[in-house]
Amino acid sequence: MNLAIKDIRHGLFRFVLTCLGLGLLMTVVLAMIGIYNGLVADALAVVKAPAADVWVVEAGTQGPFAEASSIPATTRDAVARMPGVAEAGAITYQTIEASHTGRTLRLYVIGFEPGRPGGPQRITEGRGLGRSHFELLADRKTGLVPGETIRLGRDRFTVVGLVEDAMNSGGDPAVYVTLADALTLQTAMDPAAARVQAARGDGGLRPPTVAAVVARLQPGADVTLLTATVRQWKHLSALSQSEQEQLLLASVVDRARRQIGLFLGILLSVSAVVIALIIYTMTMEKLKQIATLKLIGAPDRTIVGLIVQQALILGISGLAIGLALIFLVKDSFPRRVVLEPFNALVLTGIILMVCLVASGLGVRAALKVDPATALGG
Amino acid sequence: MAPGDILVDVRGVAKHYGEGETRVDALRSVDLRVHVGEVIALLGPSGSGKTTLLNVIGCILAPTAGRVELDGDAVFDGKWLRSDLRRLRLDKIGFIFQAHNLLPFLTAEENVSVVLDLAGWPAERGRERARDLLDYLEVGHRAKVKPALLSGGEAQRVAIARALANRPRIILADEPTAALDSGRAQLVMDLLRKLASDQKACIIAVTHDEKIFDRFDRLIHLRDGRLVDS
Repeated sequence: MNLAIKDIRHGLFRFVLTCLGLGLLMTVVLAMIGIYNGLVADALAVVKAPAADVWVVEAGTQGPFAEASSIPATTRDAVARMPGVAEAGAITYQTIEASHTGRTLRLYVIGFEPGRPGGPQRITEGRGLGRSHFELLADRKTGLVPGETIRLGRDRFTVVGLVEDAMNSGGDPAVYVTLADALTLQTAMDPAAARVQAARGDGGLRPPTVAAVVARLQPGADVTLLTATVRQWKHLSALSQSEQEQLLLASVVDRARRQIGLFLGILLSVSAVVIALIIYTMTMEKLKQIATLKLIGAPDRTIVGLIVQQALILGISGLAIGLALIFLVKDSFPRRVVLEPFNALVLTGIILMVCLVASGLGVRAALKVDPATALGG
Repeated sequence: MAPGDILVDVRGVAKHYGEGETRVDALRSVDLRVHVGEVIALLGPSGSGKTTLLNVIGCILAPTAGRVELDGDAVFDGKWLRSDLRRLRLDKIGFIFQAHNLLPFLTAEENVSVVLDLAGWPAERGRERARDLLDYLEVGHRAKVKPALLSGGEAQRVAIARALANRPRIILADEPTAALDSGRAQLVMDLLRKLASDQKACIIAVTHDEKIFDRFDRLIHLRDGRLVDS
């Protein structure tokens, strides 16, 4: 006879409500884990998108994400000619705000050279950029759809395709345009401002600059050798893909990551205390019944089993409710909530551990109960 | 009576709490023998030591001195002689409480069969024994009902069934009729007498209920921890 299950069934409504409460708490914990993962994944998405081996940036900077970087667009040709380089592409990044159908869209504009590294890896809907001007690929989270047009700067662009999970570390969804359009977007001025500049004698003949040049290497080529070679050019610096990823995590999202990580730690601690309190209270309410069980001869293992099984059922039910809820609502979050099976597994381990420790308090109280208390005075 | 008929043999049992000025003597050199089929009552004012004696016989409370034998087995002689006191209670002693103390999350039948489950009976045999006992105590029709829905008399009869489930030879009852009306109390006592006779058991009950005194074979009076007469 399983006393734990019998007791749960007896007070099923109350137990379900308790599980639901715990489930909501688990939802918050899982949401924080997902947001934490999402922050890292979002930050890395933009770095991983070009699938590059080497990033060539302005000397003395850790661009283009951790710091601003500006190098001549012609650098691409120089990098592409280097031994071991399979292909190279110039790339620009800028954040702009655009008004569209009555709302303001904050967009991360990535300029790249179609056919060269720097563009999206996969287009989930529509087609790639086919013309050299006024077409864009948008992340699905922008809300834009293929065929729609949007004004960026002084030009109107047509959405020709959609991509997924392309955004900057701040969560702004990305749009991809041709490098030429991106440079225009960066430098084009309002006609009145251009006239003022011209009157000052600035002919606007400065060569175009890009944020970085990304390069893919030939099989067997040495990344370290290439980056060292690039650094010999005094005006350039180079980072390997892994260096770029580390840099991004260590500088750009580090504080946010630690903030969420700390909050997650606090949340887990609160959850542990709440679970311990629930289990302890559940046990204290049963002390008279436990005394009766002891009096009629129930061994300690029966009493320990009653408490521990209920604690584990409570914890696992709460976690299951939490998982179900978070998978229902995770897409409603404004930023990505990324949950891996590993996270659920680790949290399950933590919750089981918390339940066991918490039930230890209840078990201690139960084992101290004098069976004589069942007899009364 | 033959020596083998003695189910409870308490000799020179003393129990005190505290030391020095705060010392309280709950039991002072108590001698008591209860035989097969006997139904005895422990009487006395509050604080006289009735419950303490019941707890000592029930192996719940260790006396300070003395010797206790239950069903021919020495269980205490200056110290507990057995480590598995709960098993001893499970096998030899049945408890009937003042407030029946049924487990609220189990049905009447389960409240009885849980004892057999703990004793290691196969589940189906345990259920059969529980149903037989409930039928015997005329509450078989309430077997699937939880204690909250039983009347006081029904709950007490289920509690008696639980106390008898593992065929203990010593039944300890703490105010078994306190929650019952006069008529029910007489019926319960008649039932306990019949059980003591049928199962070759003895019943030791703490009671204040004068209306049922005539149902006991002996009335044991306690005062200040001593047996004053019997």
